[in-house]
Amino acid sequence: MQASGMTAPRLPPAKAATGFWSWVRVGFFSSTGSSILTLVMAAILVVTLPPLVRWAFLDSIWQTDDPAICREASGACWAVVAEKHRVMLFGTYPYEQQWRGVLVVALMVALILASTVRRWWTPKLLMAWVAGLAVALALQFGGFLGLEFVQTTMWGGLPLTMFIFVGTIAGGMPFAVLLALGRQSDMPIIQKLSAGYIETIRGIPLVNILFMAALMFPLFMPEGVNFDKLLRAQVGMIMFFAAYTAESVRGGLQAIPRGQYEAADSLGVSYWDRTFKIVLPQALRIVIPPIVNDVIRAFKNTSVLVIIGVLDLLGGTMAALEDPEWTRYYVEAYLFIAILYFVFCFSMSQYSQKLEAELKSGRNY
Amino acid sequence: MTIAQDARSSSSSQPARARALSRLVHDRRVRDAVLQIIVLGAVVALIAYLVGNASTALKARGIASGFGYLSQEAGFGIGESLFLTYSPSDTYLRAFAVGLINTLRVSMLAIIAATLIGLVFGLMRLSSNLGASKLAAGYVELFRNTPQLLQIVFWYAVMTDLPRPRQALSPGGDIYLSNRGLILPWPAPHAAYLWAFAALAAGALGAILLTRWARGVQARTGELPNVTHWRTVLIVGLPMLAWAIAGAPTEFERPALRGFNFTGGVTLSPEFVALFLGLALYTGAFIAEIVRSGVESVGRGQVEAARSLGLSQSQIYRLVLIPQALRVMIPPTAGQYVSLAKSSSLAVVIGYPDLVNVSNTTLNQTGHVVEALVLMSAVYLLISFSIAAAMNLYNRAVAIKER
Repeated sequence: MQASGMTAPRLPPAKAATGFWSWVRVGFFSSTGSSILTLVMAAILVVTLPPLVRWAFLDSIWQTDDPAICREASGACWAVVAEKHRVMLFGTYPYEQQWRGVLVVALMVALILASTVRRWWTPKLLMAWVAGLAVALALQFGGFLGLEFVQTTMWGGLPLTMFIFVGTIAGGMPFAVLLALGRQSDMPIIQKLSAGYIETIRGIPLVNILFMAALMFPLFMPEGVNFDKLLRAQVGMIMFFAAYTAESVRGGLQAIPRGQYEAADSLGVSYWDRTFKIVLPQALRIVIPPIVNDVIRAFKNTSVLVIIGVLDLLGGTMAALEDPEWTRYYVEAYLFIAILYFVFCFSMSQYSQKLEAELKSGRNY
Repeated sequence: MTIAQDARSSSSSQPARARALSRLVHDRRVRDAVLQIIVLGAVVALIAYLVGNASTALKARGIASGFGYLSQEAGFGIGESLFLTYSPSDTYLRAFAVGLINTLRVSMLAIIAATLIGLVFGLMRLSSNLGASKLAAGYVELFRNTPQLLQIVFWYAVMTDLPRPRQALSPGGDIYLSNRGLILPWPAPHAAYLWAFAALAAGALGAILLTRWARGVQARTGELPNVTHWRTVLIVGLPMLAWAIAGAPTEFERPALRGFNFTGGVTLSPEFVALFLGLALYTGAFIAEIVRSGVESVGRGQVEAARSLGLSQSQIYRLVLIPQALRVMIPPTAGQYVSLAKSSSLAVVIGYPDLVNVSNTTLNQTGHVVEALVLMSAVYLLISFSIAAAMNLYNRAVAIKER
C-alpha cells in the first residue's frame, strides 16, 4: 500500500478536558444513562434538601431547658444535646467531678494523636502511654489530694469508652502476637491450642463473650474472690480483640520469606532473638493497615458493653433518652454521638489508608 | 545445682552420663516436647481448676448441673415464632429452637439484602457519574464508621416512633408501616405452594445433574452442550407448572385494620425490621467496598482486550469481569456473612427473641448459666462454620482450576 502521496486531513486540537464545564460534562452527563441518573438525583435533592435544612438548621431549637419549646417547634431539638450532654458523655460519674473526665479524654486523645506521627514511634512513646494511662486512671479513680474517690460502677460515657478501648488494644496486642506466633509454631500442641482458641473466639459473637464475662466468670472464681465487673468486661474485650488481630499478625508472619528464618537459624540465633529482632519488626510493619482496621472495630465494639449494663457513650445516651420529656428527640441525640464515633473511626481509616500507601511505596522508611 | 556442677561432683564414671544429659537438655525436640507438655498441662489444670470452682459454686446454690432443664416447662412467652408453634407451656428446648429459627430467619434475609445493597452501591461507586459515586461513597463511609449497635438502636427508635396502626403510613398496595411493624399482604395458604416448593427442590437437583452431564460430555468430546435454557426451565418452569397444575391460586390475604391493629397478611415486628435494617445496611456498606475492590482488581487491560475482541458490554461483564472479580470477592464476603450472623445477637438490646434473648431468659429463670451459655456458643460456632464451609464450596467452584 502506498501512503507516501497521501496527507491526512489536519484535525482540530482536542478540546481541553479541564475547567468547570468539562468537569460537569464528564462527571455528570457523559452518556444518556448518566444524564438521566443525574437528573433523577437532582430532582430527589431538590425535593428533600430544603425540608432537611429547615428541620436541622432553620426551624431547630439549639438551647432550652424547656422541652415544651421543642414540642412547639417544627425543627430539630438540638437542645436535647445541650440539656443531656452530661449524662451522654459521662454517664453516672458524679456531676461535680466530671471535669476529670474531660481531662482524661483530652489526655487519651492527645496520646492517640501523638501515636499517629511515625517519627515518634520510639520506646519513649510507649513510656508516654504508660505514664499517661497511669495519670488518667488516677484522675478517674481519685481518692488523693482531696479528689473524691469514684468507684468503677459510677464510671460512664466517653471516658469509660476510651479506657476500655485503650485497655483492649494494650492488653490485646501482646496476646494477639503470642497467639499468632503460636499458630505459626511447628510444635503441634501449641499450634493446635492457638488455632483452636482463635477459631473458637472468632466463631462466637462478642455479645456471647461479654455474657460469659459478666455471668460465667464469677462462677469460675474461688469463693470470695470477686473481680470488678468492668475489669471482667475488659478481659472479654481483650480476648475477642486478640483472636481477630492474631489473624492479622499471622498474615504478616506468613509474608516474611523463609530465607529470613533460615538465615537466622544458620547463624545460630535463638528462637526468641529471631522472633523479636528479625521476624516481628518486619512482619508488624506489613500488617499495620489491617491492625488499624482491627483497632477501629475495637472502638466501635465498645458500644456492645451496653448489653451487660455498662454505661459507655451509647449506654449513657440511651439512659439520657429514658427521660420521658426528652425521649422523642432520639434522632438528634443519636446523631450527635454518631458524629463523635464517625469522626474517630473515619479519621482512623483515612490515616490507615495514608499509611498503607506510604508503606507500600517504601518511601520514608 | 547446675549440670556442670553436677558432673564435677560425681565420680569418674559419671561424665558420660552428664554429657548425655546435657545433650538431652540441648536437644530441640526434647525441649519442644517438654515445653508443650508444660503448656498443655497448664491449660488443662487451669480448666480443671475453673470447672471445679464452678461446680462448687453451683452446688452451693443448689443447682444440679446438666442439660436436664431443657425438658422442663419454659413458662415465658416469645413474641414471634416461625414454623414452630410455641406457647409458654412448651419446654426450654422448644423455646431454644424458636430462638434459633428467629436468628436464622433474620440472618438469612439480611444476608440476601446486604448482598443486593452491596452490589448496587459497589457498582454505583465505580460509576463514571460523579453524583452516583459520591452518594455511594457517602453511604459506605457513614455506615462503616458508626457502631452497628448504635444503628440498630436508632432504627428501633424510629420504628417505635411511627404512628399507630390507625394512622399507619402506606405507600399503597396494602403495605402498612406503623409502630406495630411492617404489615404486608401475603398469599393465602394453599397446597399449590407446597407443590411448587417441592418442584423447585427437584428442579434444582435436576439442574445440578444436568450440569454434571454436560461437563461429562465436554470432557469426553470437547463440545459443551448448551444447557443454559434447560436449566432455567427446570428451576423456574417446573415450580410454576406445579403451581398451575395444583390449582394456580392467586388469592392474597390482605391486611385490614380491625380495632387497634391489623389482621391478615404477614406482620414483621418493629424489632425484626429494626434488626434487619441494622444488619443489612451495615454489612451492605462493607460488601459494597468488597465489590468495588473486586472489580478494580481486574486489570483495565482485560476489559480493553475484551472490547477490542468485539465482546459486547454484557459479555465483558459476564465472561471477563465477573468470573475474575468473584474470585477476589468471595473470601471476604464469606467473612462478612459470618459476622452478620454473629451480629444478629445484638438483637438482645431491642428485645427481638433471638438465640441470645431466649438463652438469657432461660439462664435467668433456671440458673443454668454455664449450660445455657455453652449451648448458645456451640450453636453460634455451628452457624459460623456452616456459612464458612458453604462459602468455601462455592469458592472452590469459581476458583481458578489448574490442571
